[in-house]
Amino acid sequence: MKFPPGSRVRARTTDPGHHTRLPRYLRGHTGEVVAVATPEPLPDDVARGVPEPRVEPVYAVRFHGADLWGCETGGHRHG
Amino acid sequence: MTEPAEPHAHQHESLPVAARVRRLEERVIAAGLTTDAEIDELLTRFYADAAPVNGARIVARAWTDEEYRDRLLADGSAAAAELGFGPQTSGFQLRAVANTPGRHNVIVCTLCSCYPLSLLGPSPSWYRSLAYRSQAVREPRAVLAGFGLDLPATTRIDVWDSTSEIRYLVVPVRPAGTDGLRPDELAALVTRNGLIGTAAV
Repeated sequence: MKFPPGSRVRARTTDPGHHTRLPRYLRGHTGEVVAVATPEPLPDDVARGVPEPRVEPVYAVRFHGADLWGCETGGHRHG
Repeated sequence: MTEPAEPHAHQHESLPVAARVRRLEERVIAAGLTTDAEIDELLTRFYADAAPVNGARIVARAWTDEEYRDRLLADGSAAAAELGFGPQTSGFQLRAVANTPGRHNVIVCTLCSCYPLSLLGPSPSWYRSLAYRSQAVREPRAVLAGFGLDLPATTRIDVWDSTSEIRYLVVPVRPAGTDGLRPDELAALVTRNGLIGTAAV
């Protein structure tokens, strides 16, 4: 596990030319890992038919609404 | 409880992937590998086991058994399997998130329509609508108000954006005055929207 709960992580800023599970609204934003689930094949690879997709832990990351939208008070998580 | 109108009603039928699935189905049937009747029967069987009553049973157990609740929140899939829902949660990891007076959870899938279908039944069309998927992350409080759920400003809202790997189940706050109820009576109080987080129970 590369990022244990509590780690601060930043979402990639790039716009890849293929399927990605990183929603656009999180690009470049910093959040906090709140939970780590069992590793799964990376959807970004699977969708492209990569023969041996990378297998990575599935992180739930908390982003704050105010950071993403400049308003609202609800926390936002992506897992 | 009211559900918002659906200006962006279910759009899956018109998606390219739906056309691809239909073509694939036709080819597989034409090749003699299966039949319409067989596919219908399989889907009927799947949907017969996929209903909100499953999620409601899990919640009722969590309301009445503190240790089960802890196990459920620590490992949703394992806790679901304890109640015989192993087959229903075999294709994804289940994470249960519990509401408290100070914290409300709501689930969405902004990228598509990921949903614990086997535990909640087929998803409502508004769950798959672009309106819900986009607004739930941006203005969750307003979306919940649209469902008739007005939360105090002091209640934190956690929006869980689902993936194909992780599906969420909201454990609502147990209603007051239900101390004497049996688990099956409690389960009957749990609504589908309560399990999604767009309603209180």
